[in-house]
Amino acid sequence: MKRKVAGLIALVPVILLGACGEPGDGTPDDIGAEPVETVELSVVGSTTVQPLAELLSEAYEAIDPNVLVTVSGGGSSVGVKSASEQSADIGMASREIKDSEIQECPELVIHTIARDGIAIITSPDVDIDGLTMEEVRAIFAGEITDWSEVGGAPGMITIAAREEGSGTRSAFEDLVMEDALISETAILQPSNGAIRTTVVTTPGSVSFISFGYLDDSTKPVAIDGALPTPENVNAGSYPVVRPLNMVTYGEPTGAVAEWLGFIAGEDGQAIVAAEGYLPVN
Amino acid sequence: MKTILMISALASVLIVLLIFLFTTKEAMPAFREIGVWKMLSDTTWRPGNNQFGILAMIAGSGLVTLGAVVIGVPLALGTAVFLSEIAPGWIAGIVRPSIELLAGIPSVVYGLFGMVVLVPLVRTIPAPGNAGYGLLSASIVLAVMVLPTIANISEFAIRSVPGGYKEGSLALGATKWETISRVIIPAAKPGIVGAVVLGLGRALGETIAMIMVIGNSVILPAAVTNNPLSIFLSRARTLTGNIAVEISYATGIHESALFATGVVLFILIMIVNSSARFLMKMGANS
Repeated sequence: MKRKVAGLIALVPVILLGACGEPGDGTPDDIGAEPVETVELSVVGSTTVQPLAELLSEAYEAIDPNVLVTVSGGGSSVGVKSASEQSADIGMASREIKDSEIQECPELVIHTIARDGIAIITSPDVDIDGLTMEEVRAIFAGEITDWSEVGGAPGMITIAAREEGSGTRSAFEDLVMEDALISETAILQPSNGAIRTTVVTTPGSVSFISFGYLDDSTKPVAIDGALPTPENVNAGSYPVVRPLNMVTYGEPTGAVAEWLGFIAGEDGQAIVAAEGYLPVN
Repeated sequence: MKTILMISALASVLIVLLIFLFTTKEAMPAFREIGVWKMLSDTTWRPGNNQFGILAMIAGSGLVTLGAVVIGVPLALGTAVFLSEIAPGWIAGIVRPSIELLAGIPSVVYGLFGMVVLVPLVRTIPAPGNAGYGLLSASIVLAVMVLPTIANISEFAIRSVPGGYKEGSLALGATKWETISRVIIPAAKPGIVGAVVLGLGRALGETIAMIMVIGNSVILPAAVTNNPLSIFLSRARTLTGNIAVEISYATGIHESALFATGVVLFILIMIVNSSARFLMKMGANS
C-alpha cells in the first residue's frame, strides 16, 4: 500500500531541474522538436516487459514510421535507473517502483501499461495440479522438501528461482513469500527463458515464471484452486499479479507521450491482451 | 617505428591499470561500508537484506577450479606427451587442429552442452539434493575448456627439452616409457607447472559456461553424503558468476559490492598469473 501512495505522489508533475544521479545523453529534451525527421526513442529495462515493448514498438512504427523505438533489456532496476538518469527515454520495470527509487528521483512518473501474473510451474513429471498459497511459500522457503508432503508421489523437490534483484523475483517475494526467504539452495538462473529450460529438463523441479513465458512445454500449477490464466486474474481468483510499468523522467512530452498514449489506447491494449498479459483499465 | 611499437605495448599496461583503478574506485563504497574482512569472511549474500559476504563464492570458484585441474591436467598432460613423443605425424596432424578447435568453441556453447548433456548425466548419481547442477558438472565443463591451454604449453615445454637428454637416456638402456616418465617430464616440469597455473587463471575467469551449469546458489559447498567427494555434487556460485548474474539489476551498495567481487577476482588472478611467470622463469634458469 505504501508503495502505491508513493507512486501517486510521484505522479504529481514536478519541474525538471536536472537528472537524478549522473547526467545522461540529454536526448529527451530534443525529442519531438522536429516532427518531420525520424525520432528515436530508447526504451530500457525489464526483460519481462521487453518482448511486449518490442511488439508494441513494431505496431507503432507501422502507424508512425517517423518514430524509431529501440528496446533493450537489462532488468527492472536498470530500467528505473536509466529513466532517473535520463540515459533512456523510458525505463521498463516489471514490479512496483520502490520507495527508495522514488526518494532518489522524485521526478519519476509511473505508467502502468499492463498487469502480469506470475505462474508456478513444475517439471512435467510432477503429479501435482494445485497447491495452496501456504504450501507454495513453504516449498520455496525450503520447509517442504518432498512432493509427498503436498499430496504428490514421493520425490525430492528441486527449487529453481530467479536471481536477487530480478523484477519477477522481487514481485514473487512480495506477493507470495511475505517475510519468508527463498531457500538458499535454490538453483538460480538469470532469465525467464533459462528458468523455463531448467524446470522442463529437471525432474521434480518447481519455479515461478511470467505468464508471458508460459507455453506448451511448461506445466502450470493452480494456486488456491485457480489456474494461472488471464480469466482467473480478471475474476480476482488468481492471487499472484504484478504491474508492468513504464517510467519516465517527468511528465512525458512529444513522441514519448504519443507512444505511451498508443500503448494505453485500444490498439496497444489489444496487443497486451493478445500476448497473454492483462490490459489495464 | 620504435615509438609506435612501444606505444602499443604500453597501451595494454595502461588498460590493465585503468581497469584495476576503476574497479577499485567503484568497489570502495562497499569496502568502506561493509568492511573488507567482513566481506571476505561472511558466507551470506543477500543484497536485499544488505548482507554481502563473498566467502561462498570464493569457495565456489576455488573448488570448481580444483575440480577442473584434477580432471583436466591428466588429460592435457597425456595429450601433450602423446603429441610430442609418441604420435606419428599424421595423427598429430589430426589431434592438434582438434585441440585448437576446442579452444575456439565459444564458452556459451560449452555451457549449453553442459546443461543438456552433462547435467542430466550427473543427476543420475543418487545423492540427496542432487539435481545435476553443481560443482561436478561445472568442473567437467571447465576441464575441457582449460585443456587446450594446458596441453599446448606443456607440449611446447616437452619439445624444449634438449634432445641429448632423451638420447642419453635411451643410450643407457632406458625404455621409451622410462625415458618419458623419468627424464623428459621431470626436465619439462617447470614449463608444465606454468601451463597448469595459466590454466588455473583461465578457469577462475570463466563465466557464462559456469552460470549455466553450476546452479548459482549462494551456499558454502558441503558434502551431501558421508563421502567427502560428494561436495562436488553441491551447488555453488563463482565470483565471476556473481557479477554476471546480478550486475544488470544492481544499484547503490549492491553494485559496489559486485565491483568488490571483481577486485577480489582480479587479485586472485594476478596472484595466479605471477606465480605462473615465476615458476616458468625458475624452469628457464635451472
